[in-house]
Amino acid sequence: MAYKLNINGKTREVDVDGDMPLLWVLRDELNLVGTKFGCGVAQCGACTIHLDGEATRACITPVSSVEGAKITTIEGISASKIGAKVQAAWLEVDVMQCGYCQAGQIMSATALLTQMPKPTDAQIDEAMEGNICRCATYARIRQAIKQAAGMATADTREV
Amino acid sequence: MDDRFQPSRRLFLQAGAAAGGGLMLGIGFGAQALTVIPDAPLGLYVIVPSSGRIRLVSKNPEIGQGIKTMMPMLIAEELDVTWDQVDIVQGEGAVKYEPQFAGGSMATPMNWLPMRQAGAAARLMLVTAAANRWGVKPEDCTVKAGVISNSGRTLSYTEVATEASRLPVPDPATLKLKDAKDFAIIGRTHKGYDSPRIVRGEPIFGIDARVNGMVHAVFVRPPAFGAKLVSADIEAARAMKGVKDVFVLKAADYGDDWMHGLKDGVAILASNTWYARQAREALKVEWDLSGAAGHTTELYATRAAELMNGAPVKVTTDQGKADEAFAAAKTKVTADYAAPFLPHVNMEPQNCTVHVQKDKVEIWAPTQLPGAGRDLVAKALGVAPESLVIHMERCGGGFGRRLENDYMVEAAVIAKKAGVPVKLTWTREDDIANDYFRSGANLRMEGGLDETGRITAFRQHAVTYSRGGEVAQGANVDARGFAAIVAPNVRMGESYIETPVTTGYLRAPASNLLAYVSEAFVDELAHAAGQDPVAFRLAQIEAHLAAHPVTEAGNPWNYNPERMRDVIRIVAERSGWGRKMPEGVGLGIGCYFSHQGHFAEVAQVKVADGFFHVQKVWVVGDIGSTIINPTHAINQVEGSVIDGIGEMSGEITFVDGAVQQSNFHDFPMIRMPQAPQIDVHFHITGFSPTGVGEPALPPVVPAVANAIFAACGKRVRSLPIRPGSLA
Repeated sequence: MAYKLNINGKTREVDVDGDMPLLWVLRDELNLVGTKFGCGVAQCGACTIHLDGEATRACITPVSSVEGAKITTIEGISASKIGAKVQAAWLEVDVMQCGYCQAGQIMSATALLTQMPKPTDAQIDEAMEGNICRCATYARIRQAIKQAAGMATADTREV
Repeated sequence: MDDRFQPSRRLFLQAGAAAGGGLMLGIGFGAQALTVIPDAPLGLYVIVPSSGRIRLVSKNPEIGQGIKTMMPMLIAEELDVTWDQVDIVQGEGAVKYEPQFAGGSMATPMNWLPMRQAGAAARLMLVTAAANRWGVKPEDCTVKAGVISNSGRTLSYTEVATEASRLPVPDPATLKLKDAKDFAIIGRTHKGYDSPRIVRGEPIFGIDARVNGMVHAVFVRPPAFGAKLVSADIEAARAMKGVKDVFVLKAADYGDDWMHGLKDGVAILASNTWYARQAREALKVEWDLSGAAGHTTELYATRAAELMNGAPVKVTTDQGKADEAFAAAKTKVTADYAAPFLPHVNMEPQNCTVHVQKDKVEIWAPTQLPGAGRDLVAKALGVAPESLVIHMERCGGGFGRRLENDYMVEAAVIAKKAGVPVKLTWTREDDIANDYFRSGANLRMEGGLDETGRITAFRQHAVTYSRGGEVAQGANVDARGFAAIVAPNVRMGESYIETPVTTGYLRAPASNLLAYVSEAFVDELAHAAGQDPVAFRLAQIEAHLAAHPVTEAGNPWNYNPERMRDVIRIVAERSGWGRKMPEGVGLGIGCYFSHQGHFAEVAQVKVADGFFHVQKVWVVGDIGSTIINPTHAINQVEGSVIDGIGEMSGEITFVDGAVQQSNFHDFPMIRMPQAPQIDVHFHITGFSPTGVGEPALPPVVPAVANAIFAACGKRVRSLPIRPGSLA
């Protein structure tokens, strides 16, 4: 079946089964491979995209459910002012090890800061808990989020 | 720095003209003599074109350890160029780059000298070319940022590159390398070279590879280790939407290598990965499960208990008189420890893209060991290894999993049979079911103390695993932990449980398990001696040092008690060891030498509601004279610490050869709220620098286990720690 999708501000047409997850539409049909496959069951967050600004796991989102929605992927996140700040903070803090999960991390962080411009450590934990970083760059992810938010970057959790 | 202890491999340099003119300079291991190759092949380390930007080649696989940034830093330093003047190119997987791997934290010690020599050799050739043009001596020229100067005249590297390429390559032994005080690049933070591309979501990982005309494949493997394919009804799958082809593959037709190579299975090719996965559900496959029966975690535990009560099948260390010394000891401690199988679960599932062509086979793969993949694929396809071109894509994590290239063989065999380019992508379930696991083990530890608390006797019996009658890959537990090093009388042995499960190397292999057991046991010994765990360790080290003074003072490869003593002392200071802790909170220490790194770590752990939360970890590591790229070194340490803590809650179990976990819901990974604050300190010493991808991991596990004891009085003698189990 043919679907018209609004991805990063452009209309893209695909002809696929309606229950195909958006992840595989992006990766295999449209060659937008910045969105990553990690688990396929919404447990790791590597495939996080924005659906009308909400952080969403593309691996369990059927393509039939997103027609008419504004889809943003990592390839388009710099168009958002907050997204661009988050990307810049990720580079400034030098977050990456392998980097595979980081597109999803950046998408989750951008959604967080859009809703909550100055999150607490507990709010960061809650928003980012769904994103696994196997290299465990969590300290730098936390720091980069605070930096993008223009906050002091110290970890304020109880010790 | 004492270069006697550099790896004792001969170096050779090779130089030639770059395409379009210019200098290409390479340096490698393995040849006896200096070699000049006029038509140098691709893949040399320094490429100075006659116009355009200088390129430096990073030969090793990038798995997130930062090698693609760090190795060129070594070259650029001695080449005397600025970082923004160079582009970094990933070398392909090729014989000329060997040894070429990501493993053992070996890249730093193996390349610290050769990569700087490559830069220095290229610099000298370029300077000599300029000096010749001016009719002056090379030593009368200076270089700044790739511009050569003499008496007010200047020539850029690119201007003299072609002349330089015709000059003889200097003997590496004659090259004068910079003093550390003159380093402008080494020792300063250089952020990840590929990071800008990553934050933009550009295709850079293996799984992002795309070849014209390629189809997407899944491969359905046996549901249990030891199972084989009997028959498959593929018709229904073939009729599914998007499916291009379905076929059975038998291991017997491709080398019958069930350890490293292709297993029996069914390949499904489709226009989209998801269609291939849907078609998988329509397959009807009959498996012979007889070889898998009985390979069950609970039965392994029973067998381990039986073996433990017998004598070790193999004695790996027998020093002094362990039995007599143990019998004579004033205080005796015996404790049984157990640790489970663990998976790697790279964030990027295994994948490989292959295009079989008339005269060559092109492979795009995330691999930690391309050479082994090349040999496996060549054998499976019956082609010459030289006909393979391996594009080493960035790996979405390594952790030792990609020292195996089974997915490369699968993709190659499928692509050849299909006759089209193929991208094979594993599901997460495929990945967890078909890993090369960190082997589990059961250990009985016995220590005897004299009246002063000195460890006089140590015995260790490890029940681990064998496969095909040999010690299973990575499953030996014969390295020496603390007590085995310091005790004068030591006997260590192993016994084996036969398994069809494939095992392998997980970050800090063997050490990630042995550090936990040996250092938790040392804590028990300290407690039995009535001594503080830090003071107890320092006293043992001093006693050991008195009997065995360090003789090879500059040797960075071996355990050095003085280095260990110092990191223990410093971490105790930094963590405020000995301070009074609130109720339910404890400090624990672990120290371990692995991968040439001496590390001591203190964990502060809170125990509440029967579970543990690590609040903070202090790390002190001695990896030598120079932290080449501080940002990545610190990142590696932080990641290692959190990885080690995460491993304390994980386990893989088997029922009749089938893995019982399948995805992140039943194999939970450590997440942001569980990640502690981490204080990282490198203790700088005069030793040649060594690697840091692994050695910070092993000590954190016992540090946490010992902190749990300090917090709540419960010994953690078996992993994983389950929620509620500390109540």
